[in-house]
Amino acid sequence: MVFLLRRLGFYVIAFWACITLNFFLPRLMPGDPVSRMFSQVQSQMRPDQVDALRRLFGLDDRPLWEQYFTYIGKIFRGDMGISLSRFPAPVSEVIGSQIGWTLLLGGTSLAIAVVLGNFLGVLAAWRRGKFLDSVFPPLLIFVGSFPYFWLAMAALYLFGITLGWLPLNHAFSTGLSASFSLKYIGDVAAHLILPALTIVLVSIGGWMLGMRNTMIATTAEDYITMARAKGLRPARIMFQYAARNAMLPSVTSFGMSLGFVVGGALLTETVFAYPGIGYQLLTSVQALDYPLTQGIFLTITAAVLAANFLVDIIYVRLDPRVRVS
Amino acid sequence: MPLTDSTPTATTTAGNPTVQVPEPAVPGRLVHGGFVHGILTNKKALFGLAVLVIFALLALLAPLLAPGNPSDFGPEASLAPSANHLLGTTSKGQDVLALTLWGSRSSLTVGFIVGLAATFIGCLVGIASAYFGKAIDEVLSLLTNIFLLIPGLPLLVVLAAFLPPGPATVVIVLVITGWAGSARVLRSQALSLRSKDFVAAAVVTGEKAWRIMFREILPNMASIVMSTLLGCVIYGIGAQAGLEFLGLGDTGSVSWGTNLYWANNDGALMTGDWWVLLPSGVAIAVVAFALALINYAVDEITNPRLRVEKKG
Repeated sequence: MVFLLRRLGFYVIAFWACITLNFFLPRLMPGDPVSRMFSQVQSQMRPDQVDALRRLFGLDDRPLWEQYFTYIGKIFRGDMGISLSRFPAPVSEVIGSQIGWTLLLGGTSLAIAVVLGNFLGVLAAWRRGKFLDSVFPPLLIFVGSFPYFWLAMAALYLFGITLGWLPLNHAFSTGLSASFSLKYIGDVAAHLILPALTIVLVSIGGWMLGMRNTMIATTAEDYITMARAKGLRPARIMFQYAARNAMLPSVTSFGMSLGFVVGGALLTETVFAYPGIGYQLLTSVQALDYPLTQGIFLTITAAVLAANFLVDIIYVRLDPRVRVS
Repeated sequence: MPLTDSTPTATTTAGNPTVQVPEPAVPGRLVHGGFVHGILTNKKALFGLAVLVIFALLALLAPLLAPGNPSDFGPEASLAPSANHLLGTTSKGQDVLALTLWGSRSSLTVGFIVGLAATFIGCLVGIASAYFGKAIDEVLSLLTNIFLLIPGLPLLVVLAAFLPPGPATVVIVLVITGWAGSARVLRSQALSLRSKDFVAAAVVTGEKAWRIMFREILPNMASIVMSTLLGCVIYGIGAQAGLEFLGLGDTGSVSWGTNLYWANNDGALMTGDWWVLLPSGVAIAVVAFALALINYAVDEITNPRLRVEKKG
C-alpha cells in the first residue's frame, strides 16, 4: 500500500511537471508564437474567444502566479481551450473523437509485440545457440534499426501500392459509417494491419532480447536444476518455473515502453494518415494550433502515467517482495 | 610500463572482466586492455566498427565524392538508378547518392553530439545521485523518472513546435528528451560501486567529491558508460531522423531525415520512385545496426553469462 501511494504521488508530481511545462513553454519562448497563431485566425473568432485564448497563453496583465493557478484549475476541469484548426470545437472534443483510433492501433500492436516477443525470447533462451537463438535476435535487431516511419513507408509501398493487398491510408474506407456490422469491423481491421505490423516489427526485437537475457539468468538458478532433477517435463519447467520468474523485468519495461509505443504510433499514424491523436498532434503543430498541441500532449502524458500506475498495481500482485518491503 | 604489463595479462585473462587488478597505481588499465582485446576479437564488434569507419569516411569525403550543392535542382528528374546516377534522382532532379552522402554528415554529427551530451548529463546526474544519496538522490531520481515517463516523441514534437527552428534546437530538444534513460542505468551501476571498499577508502582519505565521482567510480563502470553512449547515439540518429521526417527539424539542411521528409512530401511513394526512399532509410538502419552490434558485443564481453559456450 505504501509502495502504491508513493508511486501515485510520483505520478501526480510528474503530471504537475507536464502542466507546468505546458504553461511556461509559450510564455518563455523567444519570438512570439502566440501572435503568429492569432494572426491567422483572428478574423473568424468572436472578441471574447480571442480574449480567452490570450489568457490561456499568457497575453494578459495579471501576475504570473495568478495565471498559473487559473491554468491548473482549468486543466482539472477538462477545459483545455478551443481548437483553432477545428474551430470552434473545444480541444477536449477533438481529442475525444480521435483517441480511440490511437488506443486501437497502439493497444493491438503492443499486445502482439509483447506476447509474441516474450514467447520467442523464452524459446530462444531455452534452446541456446540453436536456430531461433542465433538467427532471430540479429535479424530483429536489424529490423528494429530501421526508423519506424521508414518501415511504415516500405510496408505501404510493398503491400499497399505495388501489391495492392491492403488499403493505403485512413482507418476505414470513405463512405462507410461506424456500426457493429461485420463489413465495418472487417474494413477497420484491414486498415489496421499495415500500421500495426510496422510497430510490431520494430518493437518485437527488444522484447525478445530482454526476455532471452533474463531467461538465461533464470535458467542458471538452482531451482531449475532441482526441477530437472525431479524429472519434470521440459515444457513445464520452461513456462511454469523459468518464464514465470523471468517475466518481472518485462512487466516493468511494459510500463516504460508505453510512451515509446505512443511515439511510434505518432510516426506510423503520420505515414498512414491514420486519424489518431498522434497524427492530429502533428497536424496541430503545422497549423500553429497551440491549444490543441498542448491538449494532446497532456492527454498522452496522462494516459501513459495512468497506464504505468496500473502496471505498478499488477507488479505488486506479481512480486511479493514489493509488498513486504 | 603499462604496455609490458598489459600484454601478458591481456592474453591470459582475455574475456575475463572480473580479473583482479594487481597494481592499484593504474586503476582499470589491465581490465581495459582485456576489454580492447575482447572488442578486437569479437566478430560482431569488428563488423560494427568497420561499418562505422566506412560511414565516417564517406561523410568526410562527401565534398570530394559528390562535389557541388546536393540540394540544387537538376534537369533530370525522377530517373531510376543508372550508371550516371548510381542511386537515381529525385523528382526535383537532385542526385540521390549525393543527398545520401551529404546527409550522413548532419545525421552522424547530430547523432554523436546528442549521444555524447546525453551520456555526459546522464553520467553527471547518475553518479552524483548515487554518490551523494539522500535528498540529492531523491530529487535527481525524481527528475530522471519524470523525464523517462513523459512520452519522448510527443514531448519532442511539442518542444520543437515552440522553439525557433534550427540545427541547435534539434540537438537541444533531443538531449532534453534523451538523457534520462542513461542517467537511470548509470545511477544503479554507480550505486553498487558506491558501497565498495575502495570508495569508502577514498572518502576516508579526504578525496574531493568530484574526484571520487570521476576518477574512482567512473573508470570502474566504463563498459556501462560505453554501452549507454552507443545507445544514446542510436537514439540520437533515429530521433533526429524522426523529427526531421515530421518536418519539425531543420528542413533547410541535408540529412537522412530531411531527405526522407522531402521524398515523402514530393510523393515519391505514390509515383513509385522507391530509389529516393531506400538509401537514407537503409543508411540509418545500417549505422544503428552497427552501433547495436558493438553494444551487443560490449555486453557479451563484460557479461560472461551471455556468451555462447564454445565447443569443447
